[in-house]
Amino acid sequence: MIRILAFLGAALTMATGGAQASTPERIIASLSQKSVGITTDFDGSQIFVFGAIERDRLADERDEELDVIIAITGPDQRVILRKKDRRFGIWVNAESVEIDAAPSFYAVASSGPLQGILSETSDLRHRITIDKAIRLVGEAGKVANPGEFSEAIVRIRRDKGIYFEDIGGVEIISGTLFQTTVDLPANLVEGDYQAKVFLLRGGRVVDDFATKIEVRKVGLERWLYNLAHEHSLLYGLFSIFVALLAGWGASEVFRQLRR
Amino acid sequence: MQIYLPIAEMSVNAFLLLGLGGAVGVLSGMFGVGGGFLMTPLLIFIGIPPAVAVATEANQIVASSFSGVLAHLRRKTVDIKMGLVLTAGGATGSVIGVQIFKALRELGQVELLVSLCYVVFLGVVGGLMFIESLNAIRKVKAGVTVPKRRHHSWVHGLPFKMRFRQSKLYISAIPPYLIGVAVGILAAIMGVGGGFIMVPAMIYLLGMPTAVVVGTSLFQIIFVTGLTTVLHATQNQTVDAMLALLLLLGGVIGAQIGARIGVRIRGEQLRILLAIMVLAVCFKLGYDLVATPSELFSIGDGAGH
Repeated sequence: MIRILAFLGAALTMATGGAQASTPERIIASLSQKSVGITTDFDGSQIFVFGAIERDRLADERDEELDVIIAITGPDQRVILRKKDRRFGIWVNAESVEIDAAPSFYAVASSGPLQGILSETSDLRHRITIDKAIRLVGEAGKVANPGEFSEAIVRIRRDKGIYFEDIGGVEIISGTLFQTTVDLPANLVEGDYQAKVFLLRGGRVVDDFATKIEVRKVGLERWLYNLAHEHSLLYGLFSIFVALLAGWGASEVFRQLRR
Repeated sequence: MQIYLPIAEMSVNAFLLLGLGGAVGVLSGMFGVGGGFLMTPLLIFIGIPPAVAVATEANQIVASSFSGVLAHLRRKTVDIKMGLVLTAGGATGSVIGVQIFKALRELGQVELLVSLCYVVFLGVVGGLMFIESLNAIRKVKAGVTVPKRRHHSWVHGLPFKMRFRQSKLYISAIPPYLIGVAVGILAAIMGVGGGFIMVPAMIYLLGMPTAVVVGTSLFQIIFVTGLTTVLHATQNQTVDAMLALLLLLGGVIGAQIGARIGVRIRGEQLRILLAIMVLAVCFKLGYDLVATPSELFSIGDGAGH
């Protein structure tokens, strides 16, 4: 809370600063946390994004057309998308497309409907909407209808709740301060997440700000993952040992109970 | 209570997994099957990646069959000699199976071939067992004593004859070894112990008494699934220890309960119940292959293992 108040103060100082010819507006933003630890009982997390719009004059009615878009992107993954087709009466994986980069997570929060506040060119340049964030390079020529594949990945991941939009989720206060909360789901993949804040005027991106959120497995999760990848034989034997121990344990407990 | 799985990289409900493990464990103890043929499709259904489901299930079966085999050892219903011959074959088979699994994963056809394997094997085994045990029940009702089948075929002319005292058999070691190999391959590809094939194979192909079959099947399953676990862990890194732990905690308790229910049911009744269950899973998977899926697309991992 203190941090938010400090920002409020800073923003007001800026806003009441000089009265020179209008320099472009700039954006200052921060996050409630810069890292997320995936623990054994990890059940999702919330990130509070807040900030201020910096300008060399007081906010007035011109600033009502200002908009803010906040995008949080998970690490890019190379994925293979397969389409099923009926062959000899059964459904088999037929056509496939390798997608060079698809974010493992994508959340967009905005202060208004995206089509209304964001121009096509700005979207293309900054890759803000989910459709633009997915890159289908090279391989697209191999299938009859590549568009169908990029639509499918968005649809599947939307259903899983790892791609989503929060239209109107960003609140702008007196044309100067803004804030939103982004829910990170429980099925989060490890990696460096990008948080980007875009300031828009008339569909055009005026300024943007980017920062990193580190999502890491911690504690037992970290230990097991490392063991599985770095000492896989030991990990395999350890898994069997635990299994035998549990099997023997249950057998003994039940033998005692029967007496 | 939600638990995050480090290898599957997803969060699941711990009680759901404990319950699944327990329910499948009961069946495992009753029938001498690992229960993998039920559990692996169930895990895939709740969203666990197929590669992780298959590998982790192998690990869980180690626990439930060990728990079950201890109960059988106390009742002396394990033919250890037969078990070792089957295990030798099983070890060979699982090495081959893990290689096949790896190759199929690269081709993107793992799911299809796993499903096809399930439908074919469950269908044949379930169907045959159902018909046979139905006939046996009819004969028992009619008051006819079932004559002990003694077929003297080419099988008895094979070399490496061994005496299996517990099974009351004097046969060549080659047929059980080959059965072991076949089951080992399937175990690695399907994420099962192979009990549902092993049990009928021992009864009908080797002519072992039903009482010894369950314990012996469990005995060899421990070794085959143990090896499969290590191979999947080292070659594919797809064993999720956290998932396995949750499943096996439920599983070992269930297996103990199952083993006690099992001894109270007659052999042919036990077989008909197992047959019905096997057929039910077969029909469900077969239907999924033929019915138009609601989502034609699927996302695979493009790392290209």
